[in-house]
Amino acid sequence: MMAKLPGLGPRSARRAVLHMIRKRALVLTPLSEVMATVAATARECLNCGNVGTADICDICNDPKRENGQMCIVEDVADLWAMERSGVFKGRYHVLGGTLSALDSIGPDELRIPRLMSRIGPEAVQEVILALNATIDGQTTAHYIADQLEGQVSVTSLAQGVPIGGELDYLDDGTITAALNARRPV
Amino acid sequence: MDWRDTGILLSTRKHGETSAIIEVFTPDHGRHAGVVRGGTSRKLAPSLQPGAQLDVSWRARLEDHIGAFTVEPQRSRAAHAMGDRLSLAGLNAVVGLLAFALPEREPHPDLYTRTEALLDLLGQSDIWPLGYLRWELALLEDMGFGLDLSCCAVTGATEGLEFVSPRSGRAVSAAGAGAWKERLLPLPPCMLGQGDAPDNEILQALRTTGHFLEHHLAPQLRGRPIPAARGQFLDRLARRA
Repeated sequence: MMAKLPGLGPRSARRAVLHMIRKRALVLTPLSEVMATVAATARECLNCGNVGTADICDICNDPKRENGQMCIVEDVADLWAMERSGVFKGRYHVLGGTLSALDSIGPDELRIPRLMSRIGPEAVQEVILALNATIDGQTTAHYIADQLEGQVSVTSLAQGVPIGGELDYLDDGTITAALNARRPV
Repeated sequence: MDWRDTGILLSTRKHGETSAIIEVFTPDHGRHAGVVRGGTSRKLAPSLQPGAQLDVSWRARLEDHIGAFTVEPQRSRAAHAMGDRLSLAGLNAVVGLLAFALPEREPHPDLYTRTEALLDLLGQSDIWPLGYLRWELALLEDMGFGLDLSCCAVTGATEGLEFVSPRSGRAVSAAGAGAWKERLLPLPPCMLGQGDAPDNEILQALRTTGHFLEHHLAPQLRGRPIPAARGQFLDRLARRA
């Protein structure tokens, strides 16, 4: 069962299981208790799609985060990445994927209708599209921007050279995007 | 079994934790799928965006195996398309229609050449819609549903062609249409290579080609629906028109 988890193969799963058995009191028992709690309580936030332990997650419940900004992300892993940076102080909306013509994923398969219904009641003034810089991600971003046209300000994350990146190692697409988004110094 | 070719990436699907299954359109091997080991890695994933030009080497033990690709990115077209909504919708429509219409492993070298030329025009939104229309006509031709717009199917006249027969795909002149003109499809001048090809004319022409995609080509492909990306491109063009 462990070998089926992402990032683990049969060998690494065996090592992990042996480690847990050897450290039963220190690792296995607490881990099993935590896993049981997570299995019983973890659920998707009915408002934004984040994972939490209640119907409405901590971020949606926090009045300090009601600053008029809403960040749109593809999945929960992206939300966690944004939270790790600690820069964004508004609320989120997790789409649960991207539009894909080839895979027949349309707006109704994602949480786009729910997003539209949040804009007015939550007094959102700016929607920040933090979607992947892929064809599907940007197609989704353009679709959402079209839907929100005239209602709120819509911005998206910049694309270009990563911090610590060397130009020599960048693909031509990233260099093109960075050059198109250049700014005065 | 192995071969090496150049190709346009049509789609990428995650396969396992680190690999991807890609579909490429190559001049000599047609639409061909294969596994790319490490295709979801940080190094390779940015290059595996639809529309990318790749140098691909395919290898498999038997010919009917899916096989594995070794890819060398030649140029990315995603960056040109992402910033412009019309280009992005157009790119999605092209790769969607190719994945929809092309049979697997059947070479279509002429269509490949036209596709490569069309995708290289991405970002030039003033001429791209006309290029797309001509490409769609070439796609229909290659799939065996080419339109014959050389002369009127009724009178044989080569002037005054205004309609297309929805059944035969042949041009019909205004005089030849008679009382049937309500049932015929429009033939705007841009389909004949005439005029300035404004957006509304191109839209009209794309509705005509759409009829043949939907009612002639799709039924041959087990009635699969036309990719939604084509409709989204038409919507985007209609907004601009």
